[in-house]
Amino acid sequence: MKRVLLGSLLVASLLSPLASAANYTVDDKGAHASINFKIKHLGYSWLTGRFDGFKGQFSYDPANVSASTINIEIDPKSINSNHAERDKHLKSGDFLDVEKFTRASFSSTSVTDKGNGHMTVNGDLNLHGVSKEISIDVLKVGEGKDPWGGYRAGFSGTVKIGLEDFGIPAKLGPASTHVELELHIEGIRQ
Amino acid sequence: MRNSEHRYGYWAVGFHWLSALTIIGLFGLGYWMVGLDYYSGWYKTAPALHKSIGLSLLVVTLCRMIWRKIDTQPEALQGHTKLEQKAGHYTHHFLYFLMLVVFVSGYMISTADGRGIEVFELFTVPGFGPLLENQEDIAGEVHEYATYLLVGLALLHACAALKHHFIDKDETLKRMLGNKR
Repeated sequence: MKRVLLGSLLVASLLSPLASAANYTVDDKGAHASINFKIKHLGYSWLTGRFDGFKGQFSYDPANVSASTINIEIDPKSINSNHAERDKHLKSGDFLDVEKFTRASFSSTSVTDKGNGHMTVNGDLNLHGVSKEISIDVLKVGEGKDPWGGYRAGFSGTVKIGLEDFGIPAKLGPASTHVELELHIEGIRQ
Repeated sequence: MRNSEHRYGYWAVGFHWLSALTIIGLFGLGYWMVGLDYYSGWYKTAPALHKSIGLSLLVVTLCRMIWRKIDTQPEALQGHTKLEQKAGHYTHHFLYFLMLVVFVSGYMISTADGRGIEVFELFTVPGFGPLLENQEDIAGEVHEYATYLLVGLALLHACAALKHHFIDKDETLKRMLGNKR
């Protein structure tokens, strides 16, 4: 009896990495992930930028997509729109107020599998001191071994958020009240 | 044209009042422009003017400092106490120091990403790129606080001049108005 129990435990421990979701660390060090944003400029074009500083983890199981989770922490101070004077303004009290709100984050609460690699990731976005539920449309781009002995999985996601929903005064005109976030997340399996 | 032992020459007087008026103007312009609405017609023009005038004043100030080294320095007025002479001396030096801090920090805000600064749409002063992390924020704070200190000290400097003129009834202010004695 004891031997059977030990044996089954051994089998279970060998099988479990295959059966349960794998944990991934977002590859921010190798910069194979980015958190981009775009907002209409005057309604005539798109202004794009990104947050250079962030880190995160996710768990993902292709056999059970809805069990996936993701947590991302973003440094709002790292906003980069390729123009230092504008970044200074975006970091000021007029927009992100990064002195007061030193971190932003996203934590998933549920994931809905929509088939063919599509999914909806629901969760709380904490930005500018305001926490609000958002739904990100996500597409799995791919997964597999990398050439250096690791295993990677990558996703892209988009979500549109209203500035005033997060307590950021919309001062940029009627065409620029919302920001679109474009997320490109590649993780290395742990 | 030059200073003598007892009075300031046209160059020194000219430099002084040109700097004074320009600094007051730049302070007002700067204070006003940071509060402008995005859709204001001045939103882009006001900062461009502020930078152009600021960099021009930097050149004027550097010439002024060189000229100050070459030129004779008038002696302190006899009626002034040792304390007044010392206070005046250090204030003047600190004013020069603060002006340089304000010039450099202002330059560092606009060039934090390596962009140059266009001067009156005539030519571009090159940027040296980032020297510090979050340079635009740090330089911005230095620029703001150093400016308040500069304007506060200049106010004190003006009050002292008025005190000498109206209370002590001495030559202090008249000397700087180019009055020949």
